[in-house]
Amino acid sequence: MRISAQAEDFDISAEIELLKENRTDLGAIATFTGLVRDIHGDKQIKKMTLEHFPGMAEQELGKIGFEASARWPLEDLTIIHRYGELLPGDNIVLVITTSHHREAAFEAAQFIMDYLKTNAPFWKKEETTEGDHWVAAKTDDDDKKDRWK
Amino acid sequence: MNLVYFALIRENIGKSSQSIDLPEGVTTTGELIDHLSTLGDNYNAAFAQSDLIRIAVNQEYVGLDHPVTDRDEVAIFPPMTGG
Repeated sequence: MRISAQAEDFDISAEIELLKENRTDLGAIATFTGLVRDIHGDKQIKKMTLEHFPGMAEQELGKIGFEASARWPLEDLTIIHRYGELLPGDNIVLVITTSHHREAAFEAAQFIMDYLKTNAPFWKKEETTEGDHWVAAKTDDDDKKDRWK
Repeated sequence: MNLVYFALIRENIGKSSQSIDLPEGVTTTGELIDHLSTLGDNYNAAFAQSDLIRIAVNQEYVGLDHPVTDRDEVAIFPPMTGG
């Protein structure tokens, strides 16, 4: 399991290669990439700043990864979450799951994202054409997490 | 006790961390929030909406009834919005 909270960008192909290295048993690799959008409601986003809780952020991402591994027959997984100043189009988060079969890889990746949204200590601040604001947590993100209970 | 703040709560209070001596009678996270709210308008504003407060003691999420001591690090922040 590879967990990282980092300022720098990630290379999706290189991260997939790391998981495939020296093995031919994998039947499925699912990836999810979250990006900075340039629009939020009716506001134009110029910049996004991601704040995180160093130490606890990595710890919580690791807990989510372990929980996913306990629920699905995964071979390995990677979770990378960026922090700092990002621009529209920039990568924010990468989840990769590997398994022998696709169902586990797909479902575990979705589970990881749903948990990460509400449980990983990161906060988004948007700089828009109409000023700065902290993004409000969405209650439907809690609902999305709760469906896995 | 070490306190750390993040995001909007950090901005409202105007600092990212501070050290305080725990007053007598403050034994839980909820009592700690009530105590901090008396320290000034900035604290009061930061903690005005209790449903928008999340707490971690020594980097573990806890509720408002969790015990606290002078040796703990208590982090206070809004609901998370990563991903």
